[in-house]
Amino acid sequence: MSEPTGIPPVEELESTTFAGRVTARWNTAGTASAIGTTVLAFFVGGLVVLATGHNPIDTYKAIFNGTGLEWLIPGVGNRGDDASNLQQTLIVATPLMLTGLALAFAFRCGMFNIGGQGQYLAGQVVSVIVATSWVGMNGPVHIVIALVLASVAGAFWAGIAGFLKATTGAHEVISTIMLNWIAIWVADYFFGLGGPFTGVAFNPSSAPILANTHLPVFWGDPLLQGLHIGFFIAIAMLVVYWLILNRTTLGFEVRAVGFNPEAARYGGISVKRSYFTAMAISGLFAGLAGAVDILGWEFSLSTPAVHTSQIGFIGIAVALLGRNSAVGIFFAAILFGALSVGTSTRQLDPNVFDPQLASNLTLIIQGLVVLFVGADVLVVAMWRSPGRLVRRLRTK
Amino acid sequence: MTAIAVQRLRSDRTVPIVGIALGILAFWLTLPPVASRSWAVPVLLGIVAVLTGIVGITHGKLRLGWGAVASGLLGIILGLLALQSGVNHLKLVFSWGGLIAATLVYATPLTYAALGGMFSERAGVVNIALEGMMLVGAFFGIWGAVTTGNWILGLLIGMGMGGVFALVHAIWAIHLRADQIVGGTAINFLALGITGYFFIQIYGNNGTPDLSNGHWFRGESIPDVHIPGLQGGGFFDQVLGGLNLMIWLSFAALILSYVVLFKTSLGLRLRAVGEHPRAADTVGIDVYRTRYVAVIVSGMLAAMGGAYLSIGFVHSFNQNMTEGRGFIALAALIFGKWRPFGAFAAALLFGFSSALATQVPAAYTDSSVSVLSSGSLFQILPYVLTLIAVAGVIGRSIGPAAAGRPYVKQ
Repeated sequence: MSEPTGIPPVEELESTTFAGRVTARWNTAGTASAIGTTVLAFFVGGLVVLATGHNPIDTYKAIFNGTGLEWLIPGVGNRGDDASNLQQTLIVATPLMLTGLALAFAFRCGMFNIGGQGQYLAGQVVSVIVATSWVGMNGPVHIVIALVLASVAGAFWAGIAGFLKATTGAHEVISTIMLNWIAIWVADYFFGLGGPFTGVAFNPSSAPILANTHLPVFWGDPLLQGLHIGFFIAIAMLVVYWLILNRTTLGFEVRAVGFNPEAARYGGISVKRSYFTAMAISGLFAGLAGAVDILGWEFSLSTPAVHTSQIGFIGIAVALLGRNSAVGIFFAAILFGALSVGTSTRQLDPNVFDPQLASNLTLIIQGLVVLFVGADVLVVAMWRSPGRLVRRLRTK
Repeated sequence: MTAIAVQRLRSDRTVPIVGIALGILAFWLTLPPVASRSWAVPVLLGIVAVLTGIVGITHGKLRLGWGAVASGLLGIILGLLALQSGVNHLKLVFSWGGLIAATLVYATPLTYAALGGMFSERAGVVNIALEGMMLVGAFFGIWGAVTTGNWILGLLIGMGMGGVFALVHAIWAIHLRADQIVGGTAINFLALGITGYFFIQIYGNNGTPDLSNGHWFRGESIPDVHIPGLQGGGFFDQVLGGLNLMIWLSFAALILSYVVLFKTSLGLRLRAVGEHPRAADTVGIDVYRTRYVAVIVSGMLAAMGGAYLSIGFVHSFNQNMTEGRGFIALAALIFGKWRPFGAFAAALLFGFSSALATQVPAAYTDSSVSVLSSGSLFQILPYVLTLIAVAGVIGRSIGPAAAGRPYVKQ
């Protein structure tokens, strides 16, 4: 038995939920800790690269060159190449912003929506089915219908978990994990060989979506995968996210429940209803992300893509690094988008660093970011008093 | 007289239990060796099963009643599906001996990981990183076996690395009091990245080399156990004749876990820490040390399941080769209500659905293309059942009380 120290534990000074603490830290410790987390993750990743006999500085430089971020600095590098690389980075950042928002919205209500991947897939499945049927419909109308139905599908898929949590108390982490895998195997069944929605002979894939349902490209060559207007949809959703949370009663209730459900219940807020609405809105963002990817650049859905996609999972890292704030999510999505584009086979010079190694390095860095953000109590403690941390670690 | 008979039936649990059996019978009768070809058989039996279920529900036997309803509906659906296929195809899929052996093969990694998850969660640390820990065991197991030339050392190295990853999870969950879901997610990312990175770094595009055959104390792959006298090709020979050593060991691990958790004071302490850490602390149990040990054991067991996959079953490694098995194990743990034999039974059920998922498409290759991908639907079963179980429709699953909550000493 250790002696009482007289200092209350950190949790008692702050929100009762992880979500509340992460968000609170954004306000107090600010950008510095997010940047610190990122730098530390890249540093440790660099150590792995160094330990396996590669040059980390050259590696990171080559990855950076592939991201197109150089385009933002005028007068440096090849403008044409950089522009096309940056388009790729933003194409990947677009769904990451949306799945990041999905995770963040649930976080703000004190829930961990680990099912972003399943809701993203629900959006992909519905949008690909909508965009391959109804030949001859007006293009923009068709696009809007596909986007809306995909968002509804995502909201429905997440809503199941929210409903179960509100009515039976089933933990959302377990139910969303299960819903992820149900979505993966349903999509596998739909588009697998001989499946009900397979559209290409001898190929486990849907038919290509109709040409008039492609999202318009506003930067770059449509034939070379230029940046589509889904990017603006994501930006608009960042604003919507901020507005809902900070300018509506619904948002206030969601935040109150997220910070301390007991206090919110005491204050007359229906916690159960907030759980359901927050999960549904969360799924809405993720479903929209799926549709934006299908209509923006994938144009069809194949079973290998269903199994390898990680957009929903990376959304966890985006939301955590962005501390659940719209601005933070924007930059975190650009960071992880740039990282996955910079390490792709298409962009990375294999003479400097094998892209297959690099894509795994990306996963390591993402894991480290999540790990370091997860130690929020550690960082808060360090922030306040380094000495106390040492004492804490010594306590058996 | 009739009223009394009905009364006796009503108060009895046997009605819905008979219903569950009828539902299973409805499906079974359409399969070899009986292979009834009439649609009336599964439909009628299934309807009777559903009716018994309704009787059960209206008389307060909720869990059994819903079970009978589900069993009856599944009996009808699966029975009608089976009628779509030819008898010869069915014989191919339902060579029962082979199917049960395949079930054991698919269930074994789940058993190890679910037992691992049980140690961790019973001690109050939620472990959604089973997937990552399995993957680590799979990669470092095969790396160790190839490097040392001995599967025993490979298995130990795999388990050791699984323990290291679990240690990180433990430090984050226990000392840093991090959110355990966030920590587990990070471990899953890291395991995927690190195994993939070193796989490419060490083996490049050629993949892992062919493993040499395993024998008791040498060779790179874990040996199969050929029992003398069970090599004739009969039913028992097919089921038990050539199982991998790790499958037999999983039975031992199951019984050992049960004994340790429920029959020793160590297990009692571990469970106390997971249910009410403050009370456990008060009576002098070291909460932190117990949790550390439990989480590390959990990682080592999950890694055993992964190592079985790479050096016992597939004999090679691929990036992300566990493909969600860690999450099925988590599902088995929850569906089995955090109990060893419950989790094992769930692992067998989920293993059976995996075995069917791989065998069913083969049975339909020439009869009808439209059901070719229907094998995927069998993969869904574990997740749907677990979703229903946590929602509490059929017997609610409730975990250890303190799972997921960091403990702060005072």
